[in-house]
Amino acid sequence: MSFFAKPVPTFAGHARGLSHRSFLRLCLLPLAVVAAAFFLLPMVKLVIVGASGETGLSAYAAIVTQPRYRATLINTVLLAAATTAASLAIATIAGLFLQRHRFPGRALLVAMLTFPLAFPGVVVGFMIILLAGRQGLVGELTSRLIGEKLVFAYSIQGLFLGYLYFSIPRVILTIMAAIEKLDPALEEAARALGAGPWAVHRDVILPALVPAFVASGAIAFATAMGAFGTAFTLATNIDVLPMVIYTEFTLSANIAMAAALSVGLGLVAWAMLALSRSLTGGTIAAAG
Amino acid sequence: MRDRVIFCGQLVFTALVAAFLIVPAILSMLAGITANYFRGIGSGLTLQWVVAVWDLYAETIARSLLIAIATLAATLVVGVPAAYALNVRGGRLARTVEEVITLPLAIPGLAIALALLLTYNGFGDFRRSWLFILTGHVVFTLPFMVRSVMAVLSGIDVKTLDESAASLGAGPWRRFRDVIVPNARPGILAGSLAVVTLSLGEFNLTWMLHTPLTKTLPVGLADSYASMRLEVASAYTLVFFLMIIPLLVAMQLLADRPGTPERS
Repeated sequence: MSFFAKPVPTFAGHARGLSHRSFLRLCLLPLAVVAAAFFLLPMVKLVIVGASGETGLSAYAAIVTQPRYRATLINTVLLAAATTAASLAIATIAGLFLQRHRFPGRALLVAMLTFPLAFPGVVVGFMIILLAGRQGLVGELTSRLIGEKLVFAYSIQGLFLGYLYFSIPRVILTIMAAIEKLDPALEEAARALGAGPWAVHRDVILPALVPAFVASGAIAFATAMGAFGTAFTLATNIDVLPMVIYTEFTLSANIAMAAALSVGLGLVAWAMLALSRSLTGGTIAAAG
Repeated sequence: MRDRVIFCGQLVFTALVAAFLIVPAILSMLAGITANYFRGIGSGLTLQWVVAVWDLYAETIARSLLIAIATLAATLVVGVPAAYALNVRGGRLARTVEEVITLPLAIPGLAIALALLLTYNGFGDFRRSWLFILTGHVVFTLPFMVRSVMAVLSGIDVKTLDESAASLGAGPWRRFRDVIVPNARPGILAGSLAVVTLSLGEFNLTWMLHTPLTKTLPVGLADSYASMRLEVASAYTLVFFLMIIPLLVAMQLLADRPGTPERS
């Protein structure tokens, strides 16, 4: 309603042709059409279809009440949480190191750590196959060193490694930016007061990085929850939510359940991001 | 002495993480030009796999480029005017609109694709054409364009520019075209690079939306990972890398240039 009630600045010259206010409305029109037709309407349809199966609205409850879907949900959440925790730890150690030291090769290291940022999930899956698959590097090295070929690309460890692969670049960028903005005076003050390096990290640096942890952690978590391409390429039979939605839809033709699970997945991912945003006050988003 | 040990420990750790990310990418690039990956690089270098990829998948590469360019055109036409209007209007409405169009970044692509399929399944010709994939890509990439342009516009005094142009007698369309768009250029450029890169690599939505006749590059990649020999899959991945690396480098250069607002 405020759209129309808002006072609009008047401009000289709008007497001929379009008024400023109409022009602004015209500017928003394509966006309104695209968002309504290809996003809002489909989302409403998804929610309706989710409740259209034999069980009706209780399909939504099945996500937590049916043992198979509940186990999948728990699996997915645990995997996403583990990915988030590991990415944050790795990115903090590497980020602190890279921002605190200047040495030859530093720029190259930073470039290497952020290079996979735009890799689609399928490509990440292939990277894990090359690393730990049947013809992978790890298998090759272990068969030479210990005489036993280690292959774990297609297991939950492989999936975890894949999620880590696409999370690290995203998380490290946010954390490095946050480290750069830290006030060095605080650390100096702590040191002058006799705090050792460990105490400085625990009491000064890490607390100051908490907003960055929350923001980038939420993105990593939401992205890992919805990641489909990596699991698809690794062809794991580990039940993660996106794979179950996919098989319900294509193999079982259980369209209502697939829709209900998608709504559930969307809600969890969205809630994580909304929560972290209300905690940090920033604007963030997941992608990929 | 202790500092030295800590420094070396951190350096080794960081280098190992970097190796984890970069070694598989290098392996894949090498595998794409190695005669026989199983026997190693000693079996000789060859372009035969790249040629094979061209024979098998040239169509998917062309289609991905077409979709990326069409997605860019659509996000420019839809996103840039919208970013301007949202910036000028401000207030609760603008925040709500921004919130809604940013939702596709939080909701997994699989869910959006399923929603599109359920809504447009009855429109056979549309559902079977590449335009169906285009809609998914536009919904997914639009927030990047809108937010990138809004970030630049919020850093300049749009209102004063607009008012001075108006006082000189320029109508709204001319003000938008000759004053706002040139000033928003860094944001439009950054948004465009992000849109093209994301569209070229989009898989989660596209896998659900494609038909056997509308395969894109990432769909073809998944296909080759599942059914082709490792060298062909690697050569195909190499082609994909060659397409996105220039875009990534351009993005980096743009971000490093002074005067460009930092994108969150």
